[in-house]
Amino acid sequence: MIRATGLTKDYGSRRAIENLTFEAKQGEVVGFLGPNGAGKTTTMRILTGYMPPTYGTAQVAGFDIISESIEVRRRVGYLPETVPLYPEMTVFEYLKFMADLRHLPNGDDLVDAALDLVQMEKRADGYIANLSKGMRQRVGLAQALLHRPEVLILDEPTIGLDPAQVVEFRNTVRDVGKERTVLLSTHILSEAQQLCDRVLIINKGKIVAEDTPENLQSRLVGAKQVLLRVKGESDDLVSIVAKIDGVQNVKLHPDGALEFQFEPGADVRPAVARATIEAGYDLLEFHPIELSLEEIFLQLTQDNARKAR
Amino acid sequence: MRNIWTISRREYRHYFTSPIAYIAALLTLLTVGIYFVVIIYYTANQSYYSNTAPGIDIVIGPLATVFLFAAPALTMRLLADEQRMGTLELLLTTPIKDGELVLGKWLGAFLFMLTIIAATLIYPIVLNKLTTPGIDQGVMVSAYLAIILLIAVFLAIGTAMSSFFSNQFAAFFATLAVLILFWWLIRLPTFIIQNESFNNILNYLDLNGRFNSMLAGSISISDVVYPISLTALGLFLGAVAIEIRRWR
Repeated sequence: MIRATGLTKDYGSRRAIENLTFEAKQGEVVGFLGPNGAGKTTTMRILTGYMPPTYGTAQVAGFDIISESIEVRRRVGYLPETVPLYPEMTVFEYLKFMADLRHLPNGDDLVDAALDLVQMEKRADGYIANLSKGMRQRVGLAQALLHRPEVLILDEPTIGLDPAQVVEFRNTVRDVGKERTVLLSTHILSEAQQLCDRVLIINKGKIVAEDTPENLQSRLVGAKQVLLRVKGESDDLVSIVAKIDGVQNVKLHPDGALEFQFEPGADVRPAVARATIEAGYDLLEFHPIELSLEEIFLQLTQDNARKAR
Repeated sequence: MRNIWTISRREYRHYFTSPIAYIAALLTLLTVGIYFVVIIYYTANQSYYSNTAPGIDIVIGPLATVFLFAAPALTMRLLADEQRMGTLELLLTTPIKDGELVLGKWLGAFLFMLTIIAATLIYPIVLNKLTTPGIDQGVMVSAYLAIILLIAVFLAIGTAMSSFFSNQFAAFFATLAVLILFWWLIRLPTFIIQNESFNNILNYLDLNGRFNSMLAGSISISDVVYPISLTALGLFLGAVAIEIRRWR
């Protein structure tokens, strides 16, 4: 469990984060989304006990991050953005060192289990210096998972992984996230969309939006948009679809696809599909157009910039 | 206590994979070895004129000079490198105290230096065989205690400097500067200033004077207490620097 209240951090005269208040419950994967320099890393460093906030406080796994920092650190697994590894050690030596620092009684078993989880058991005796970027990332994750922490904090965990590794990594995080609290930061929006139960969008040190990825989308897009594609010419179809009750804003794309909107609650999709087929068209594609988090993000940050002006 | 040991054990092992540590060890043992051979050879040739046998100071004396450079080389990366590599963030988010980290780092370097010093124990054994009636055991203990206390101070100052900087070379030269101050420079003003109480303070702080008197076999309480306090001060400052780093 993470509960942050009014977290503020100043670096000299520069305010990195301002009055951040949020919560992450057990069994929840919460995504921290924002451009570089938004304050994601700063927030994570505060939550992991690396540095204290200038103002505000937070509770992590039931302990105060300032007065009970050591207790918090015992219960948190942290993967910083630059994966902290000792190149001259073997993977096993490194994880054993971390297990010793955490006073884990059955260190060897836990190291093996963590290596198993990130599928690095075959490279246990290899030197970290010889590992690829993706493998180093996995060793870093093993380090964060080693002591089976209640709270897992991952700073940009998928940077530098190839697409196959990203999929693997997401599966691991999703499995782990079932019984723990996971807070991860990313600036890849599709990742947040796939991984997170809830997304906090942060920009210039402030939370600009907080919701599930689905709700964020529907909140921002008032009307639902649908794309329709038929075989052959579709110019005449525009007027047919436009005539149907509840259909709005029919547009013809240059490639022949049709796009239209309807108000949520008045689903016109069955009527449109029927009308298309009854008019003799061969229906090829018929699906909702979702605003990607990229677009949501742009919309939110631009709104804020406009307000600030 | 356990955390200190975990940190120092890693550090100690690291020295055996580090070229700088090997160079420092080689330089130390080579210097002491050459010095030893030359002095023994020279004394043997001069024995017609003099009947004083060389003492343990021919081993420990040059050791101190070499350590003046070896200690900064061994401590420069201790915390500076952790900062540069980002592993400090890892260590500072594990449940260990800042003081334990600094103490563990220092202890690792100290144990490595003790290993080098232990390797020089061959010389008193040889010296004992070469001279009649053998070397003074009391002076030998006093001289080894002197070098062990001295290296404790050198390494503590080096550890503190390493925590101030994230650049190893900055840490190296800063350490060297402080060591030179305490080893050579601090008593120089006593030659021109006539104020006795001021000179007493400088003489008290001078590491070289204390070291030389212990090398000759005379130990006072303050000869032991002063280096230990200086070591404690260095390690304390190192821990404070880490703490300050968190707040920045």
